[in-house]
This record gives sequence, C-alpha cells and structure tokens, in this order.
Amino acid sequence: MTLISDAMSITRPERGSDGVVPPTGFTARLTQFTAAGMAFLAVFALALSMATERLADRWGEALAQSATIRISAPSEQRAAQTEAVLEILGATPGVAQARALDATEQQALLAPFFGPDLPVETLPIPQLVEIVTAPAGFDAEGLRLRLRAEVPGAVLDDHTAWRRPLIAAAERLSWLGIGAMALIALMTAAMTTLAAGSALAANRQVLQVLRLVGAQDGFIARAFVRRFTFRALTGAALGTLAGMLAIWSLPEVATGGGFLTGLGFSGAGWLAPLPVPFLTAVVAFLATRMAAFRALRAIP
Amino acid sequence: MIELSDVRYGYDGTALLTDINLALVPGSFHFLTGPSGAGKTTLIKLCYLELTPSGGQVMAFGRPASRMRRDEIAMLRRRVGVVHQDCRFLDHMNLRDNVALPLSVAGESLTAHRAEIDELIAWVGLADRAHALPAELSGGERQRAALARALILSPDVILADEPTGNVDWEMSLKLLTLLIELNRMGKSVLIASHDLNLIRAAKGQANARVLRLRAGRLEMAGADL
Ligand SMILES: Nc1ncnc2c1ncn2[C@@H]1O[C@H](COP(=O)(O)OP(=O)(O)OP(=O)(O)O)[C@@H](O)[C@H]1O
Ligand SMILES: [Mg+2]
Repeated sequence: MTLISDAMSITRPERGSDGVVPPTGFTARLTQFTAAGMAFLAVFALALSMATERLADRWGEALAQSATIRISAPSEQRAAQTEAVLEILGATPGVAQARALDATEQQALLAPFFGPDLPVETLPIPQLVEIVTAPAGFDAEGLRLRLRAEVPGAVLDDHTAWRRPLIAAAERLSWLGIGAMALIALMTAAMTTLAAGSALAANRQVLQVLRLVGAQDGFIARAFVRRFTFRALTGAALGTLAGMLAIWSLPEVATGGGFLTGLGFSGAGWLAPLPVPFLTAVVAFLATRMAAFRALRAIP
Repeated sequence: MIELSDVRYGYDGTALLTDINLALVPGSFHFLTGPSGAGKTTLIKLCYLELTPSGGQVMAFGRPASRMRRDEIAMLRRRVGVVHQDCRFLDHMNLRDNVALPLSVAGESLTAHRAEIDELIAWVGLADRAHALPAELSGGERQRAALARALILSPDVILADEPTGNVDWEMSLKLLTLLIELNRMGKSVLIASHDLNLIRAAKGQANARVLRLRAGRLEMAGADL
C-alpha cells in the first residue's frame, strides 16, 4: 500500500488544495476497496450480458436461416414424396437451398439420443429435408398448405415456435446483466457519496477556515474529488483485473454443436471490461463533486 | 471599501445589533470597543460576510454583498485580512504553512513568495517557531501568527478582533505600530479591543476614531478616551 501511496504522491501537484486538506486516508481507502469489489462484479455482469447476447445471436442466426421438412411415408413412397417435396421447394420463393439428408447424416443427428450403432435404414424414421432460407425468408403458411395438398406425408417445421421463447429468455438474461451493471454503477455512486460525505463532515472546520481565507468552492472540492476519483480508479482497475482473471480461469464449456456458450469473453470481447475502471472513476468524480459542493453550501 | 448601512443582526431572532452604520474607507483607522458580549465579533463577521445581516445592507468594494456569488465572496475575502479572535488555524499544518494559507488558496506558489512569508513571520517575532504546529503555540504566538496570516495577501482592509489580547505591552505596541504603518500606506484598519492603553497609544500616532458598541448601537466614544 505504501508503494501505491508513494506512486500517487508523485502525481500530486506541488501546490493546490491537496496540500491544505488533511489526509482523508480511511474513507478514501474504503472507496478504493468498494470500487474494486464493484468493478469485480461489473466484469461478471458484463460477461453474463455478453455471453447471453452471443447465445441469442447464435440461436437466432442458426435457426432463422433453416427449416426442416419431415416426410413420414411408407418406404415404397418415400423416394417419390421426397422428390415431390424437393420439386415444390425448388419453386418456392425465399428457399435458397433444399437438400434431403442421407442416412449417415440422419444417424449423426440421432446419435446423441440412441448411440452411434443405430441401424437407421431398418427403422421407420422420417426422411428429413433441410431448407436453407434466403435472407428474406419464405411464406411458411403457403408452403404448408401446398405440401398438405400435394405431399400428405410431409410436415414443415420452421423452428420459430420453439426458437422465440429461447431467444427471448437469452435476451432477457442479457438485459439482466445490463441492469446489474447499472445497479453496480448506482451503488458505486452511493458508496462514494457516503464516503466523501463523511470525509467532508470530518473536515468541516478545515472547510470553514479555507473559506475564511478566501478559498473558492472549486478549489476546496478539488482536493476531495482528486483523492476519491484516484482511489476509485485504482481500486476499480484492480477489481477489473481480478474479475478478468477469474473469468479467464473458469473452465471452458466445450460443446460439440457450439450451441451453448460459457460465461466468458471471446476475442475482442476481452476489451469490453477495460472501460470499467474509467467509468467507475467518472462515477466517483461526479459523486464526490456533488457531495463537496453540497457540503460547502452550508459554510458561509 | 466596506460599508454597512442600517445593518441589523441578531442570533436566533434576538436583536443584538441595530442601525449599524459604518464606512471603512481607504486610510481610515477605527477602534471598536464595548463590553464583552456587545457584538464586536459579530460586527466584524458582518464586515467579511461570514454573517448575513437580517436588515440593512453591506456593500463591499462597491457591490452589494447580498448579490455576491460564493466565488465573489471568496475573492472579496482575499482583499480583507482578518485576525479572528479565536485565530482559526488549520491544526495539521505548521505555523508557516498557516501564515501562507491565503497564498495557497489563491493558487500562488509558496516558493515564489518565500521571502515575504519569512519576513512577515520574522516581523511578528516567530521565526524560530515557524515549524511548530498551532497546538504547540502560546496564546500570544497564535495571535501574532494570525496577524501575519491576515497580512500576507497585502489586503486593502484589515479587521483585527482582539489582536493583542494575549501579548505583552511591548509586543502590543510593536503590532500596533505595524498596523499604523499599513494604515499610512492607505489600508483601512479596524481593531476590536478592550485595551484602553492601546487605544490611547494609537490615538497619539494615528488619526484613529474610537467607536463603542452599546445596547446594540454604534456610537462615537466620548472624550474619556
Ligand atoms: N453563533 C452564535 N450563536 C448564538 N449566539 C451567539 C453566537 N455568537 C455570539 N453569540 C452571542 O452574541 C453576543 C455577542 O457576541 P460577540 O462575540 O459578538 O461579542 P463580543 O463583543 O465580541 O464579545 P467579546 O468582547 O467577549 O469578544 C453574545 O451574547 C454571544 O453570546
Ligand atoms: Mg469578540
């Protein structure tokens, strides 16, 4: 701690209000500690928010651009119906690509549920046709009606029904992360206000004397603002670093399909927590400034 | 430079001072006497705007005090040197830094003003106490330090509340001589004091007017002084 204090005293100007306001050691250090804790939590909230956003995007993208048609037909009609479906799809605007899955692909899809040794060929498993949609999408209702009329065994599954609530949940979770960050910012402001307020109250006599010898409010406030802002900045920097290290050391969530995501940052996402210390400093700056001017208004 | 017109003031609704008229003009020298509790300190506080009158008007350097913003009041106080009856130092700073405090808050570099600071401290006889904390000073030393602090910015108006209450006669005369000297340079001086000997000594050397607070009013003292 002395090292940090010494390093800080270098940044102190020779003159100015820092020299005339007595040290605010304990409350300032309390602010530093709070800022560190808040920054640590903020990094987690940020990670949560970004991870769920990523999740929602991934689900949205992966599912929005694909749909499936299931063809349940007696094996002798299967090939013909598949053929008919592909023909209809070829004529449907908004369908970029349509392809019948082969046996190996179908087996791979079922493997997570039944194991790799499933004899797909011998089972009455529906034939799947994968549709990749053009960005504009297609008219699902129209296609459904047409399929019902021409290929009775075919059922269109465009995923929207179960995709929506999942994405909504992920988005809500993402907002929760943002809300948590806002709450953390507010709590930082409240804590700094309390700490600065107590430092100001403890130094009431000093403020009085300074006013009597002609100090302007801004001059007096600056001493407190400098100290609390600096403490908040250094505290939050340590907290952010600790938070990033903690997230970095979380075990990787390895998922085959990449459908799920771990709580963490990826790539440039690691830069996202870097503004946390500066935002904390800004919050502390504003909170201390307001507290100082309010305290000074009571002094003639 | 500071002018009180029909000023009234009372703590908590009482009427302590009424119809106070006082003009501190360049070169004026006033003594303010009156029994303890008459309101001498209160009157001085009204002059440097620590207190706001409940009636009448205070003009400072041509501007009504009631319309001054806080920053203007701060600037005004740099032109008014005050020796407070209770001195009012910053207890964590040594005598020298306390004396130099008005320079510090005005954003001046103490290094640049080193000679002035040391000269003034030597003049009030405290050169060897410069690094003592206020708590380590005697009553008289505190008063002399307070006078040095009041003078460091070379103010236009000097308000001294019992500046010689705790110092011996010789030192009192020395401080008085300093104030008379400053008065000759055109500064306006007001001294609140009980010390009749000091007042008589001053009347011999300067064109001093003696005011007395009695029953809340300000009057010219009679020929008994
Ligand atoms: N802050 C205050 N609140 C309430 N009453 C006060 C306050 N300050 C002073 N008084 C009262 O106002 C009256 C005048 O006080 P003041 O200090 O102006 O007297 P003074 O003439 O300077 O006395 P002394 O010669 O003892 O210094 C006194 O009765 C005092 O008790
Ligand atoms: Mg008094």
